Amino acid sequence: MTVSGPLASGRMAAIEVTDLTMVYGDLKAVDGVSFEVAEGEFFGILGPNGAGKTTTLEMMEGLRKPHSGSVRLLGASPWPRNSALLPRIGVQLQASAFFERLTAREQLHTFAAMYDVSTAQADDWLERVGLTDKADTRTENLSGGQAQRLSIACALVHEPDVVFLDEPTASLDPQARRNLWDLLAGLNESGRTVVLTTHYMDEAEVLCDRVGIMDRGRILELDTPAELIRGLDAPVRISVAAHLLAHDAARALPGVDHVDGDQSSVVLTTQQPSAVLTALAGQDALEGLQVRGATLEDVFLDLTGREYRA
Amino acid sequence: MNAFKALSIAIAKGFFRDKASVFFAIIFPLMFLVLFGGIFNDEDTPKAELLQIGDVSLIDDLPADARKAFDDSFDVKKVDDRGDALDEVRKGDADAAVEMRGDELIAHYTQTDQVRAATTAGTLSAFVDAANVRASGQEPKFSFRAEAVEDDSLTTIQFVTPGLLGWAIAMSAAFGAAATLQGWRQSKLLRRLQLAPVRTGSIVGARIFVTVAVALVQMAIFLGLGAGAFGLKLTGNWWLAIPLIICGTLCFMALGLLAGALAKTTEGAVNLANFFVMPMAFLSGSFFPLDGAPGWLQFLSKLLPLRHLNDGMLDVMVRGEGLAAALPVAGILLAFTAVIGLVAVKLFRWETV
Repeated sequence: MTVSGPLASGRMAAIEVTDLTMVYGDLKAVDGVSFEVAEGEFFGILGPNGAGKTTTLEMMEGLRKPHSGSVRLLGASPWPRNSALLPRIGVQLQASAFFERLTAREQLHTFAAMYDVSTAQADDWLERVGLTDKADTRTENLSGGQAQRLSIACALVHEPDVVFLDEPTASLDPQARRNLWDLLAGLNESGRTVVLTTHYMDEAEVLCDRVGIMDRGRILELDTPAELIRGLDAPVRISVAAHLLAHDAARALPGVDHVDGDQSSVVLTTQQPSAVLTALAGQDALEGLQVRGATLEDVFLDLTGREYRA
Repeated sequence: MNAFKALSIAIAKGFFRDKASVFFAIIFPLMFLVLFGGIFNDEDTPKAELLQIGDVSLIDDLPADARKAFDDSFDVKKVDDRGDALDEVRKGDADAAVEMRGDELIAHYTQTDQVRAATTAGTLSAFVDAANVRASGQEPKFSFRAEAVEDDSLTTIQFVTPGLLGWAIAMSAAFGAAATLQGWRQSKLLRRLQLAPVRTGSIVGARIFVTVAVALVQMAIFLGLGAGAFGLKLTGNWWLAIPLIICGTLCFMALGLLAGALAKTTEGAVNLANFFVMPMAFLSGSFFPLDGAPGWLQFLSKLLPLRHLNDGMLDVMVRGEGLAAALPVAGILLAFTAVIGLVAVKLFRWETV
């Protein structure tokens, strides 16, 4: 199956993935995946653990030889190790790949030296990821969020054209995740292409220009988060305080398909939210009003038809 | 070059900041050097304790120089009661009790320590013989002198230092390589470096450079302490040990890489390296000389690279041999490196799956 979303008009493809497959024994970890990523795009691969995200990413980076299919990264093949390509790409791997017992600053300086980048530029990145006050802390003593920031700085210290981030917010607490989002959101501002894998729906929705939803080695759907949700044609759920609206009255409202609820609230399901909201306003029943549309999670559940295994 | 320098600095800092690594590479082997150097260096047998019952003219009237020789061998204590003295000998508190009966010197000893008793009796009878010669008023016709076949300077420290140094180098090189390979693989640093524009040569070169530097630091500390505190004397060609140590470091790094390739965790890799190094150190004469070992053991030890490094270092550092002794050893060590390294490369995986 080939799923390919439209490229933003006039932009060159930074990455072209064609019919990529990886087989481990009997397991098809990646099963005929094709897509393109435009220059300057923030591209997300969303899926549960074991969906084949990391394997796809590793083939795109040139860490693994594809079983079949091809990858063109900035117009060249990343496999076998392409040293002309390496200075133009940045990678952040799942684990924190650091030298033992170095401080944050020493770590970044070492990576800078490998890319022939000045220490001043490295220190600049330390500031951009907000670790200046942790510069002399050893990486073992950094918090999970700080370590992820540092490894992102190590991936970006040489200002690469394309950067790959493999689950950068995995195992972080919600606070640290949101902090990291602010940093990640700005990465493609200067025309840099970003490819990110994640198993968080909200993360893909907030950060990515386009998202490929992946499960069992396949890309099931690929589009902008808004289009994916719109395409789902999912009903909107509106809830109001229970004492304002009897169930029967709710059912009688125009456009309401289904009524549900508990002691404190009544939940109306509808495909025409504007009609329902107008009617509710007419009855002065807007107290405690909540409107919840579909999310990427609903899209995912609809596509895979099963429980989300985060 | 920039990358090589930065990687070397990163690896060196990683090593010297790891207290356990520094302890096992430098402090731990030094403890053995101090122990062996301290215990065995003073190899004079302790003086025999002699109880002198009443007046013993033979001892009391010794001329000054003979008396000095006598005191070097015996610790003389004067007692009056004969029964108490014999009791003390019986209990083993004293080695012998002597008394004079007329012109006869009688030594009482216990048979529980026959070697000691024989030594005491022999020494005493030698003094009696000397007294007889003096009494005859004649110059002695024959004289006797004992001489060791080895050079005067060959004390225990001379033998122990090269062996313990070889062990220390084998340990730090093998552990370092094993732990680095496993640690970098587990943290995915190995993968990360694969995607950085650095040549593999720079990475491997930096690791070798740091390990060799550590080995030379070990050598400097060992020789410094040995010479400063325990009277180690080096012969003219001792510097030939430097190329030998470099070859040995390469060889034990290859062994560490093999351990790192075989094991699945960092702890496992270090334990496996230990499993290789510890028995090898025993069989290679790092802790005790193998001269008395049976033939099959001698043969077995020749199959171990550390044996060759130890022998080579002993030859050039204390036996005064030169290039002719060092070259074949260097060749053998490099051959071991090639074989072990090849096996390690065959077994190498980028990640533990």
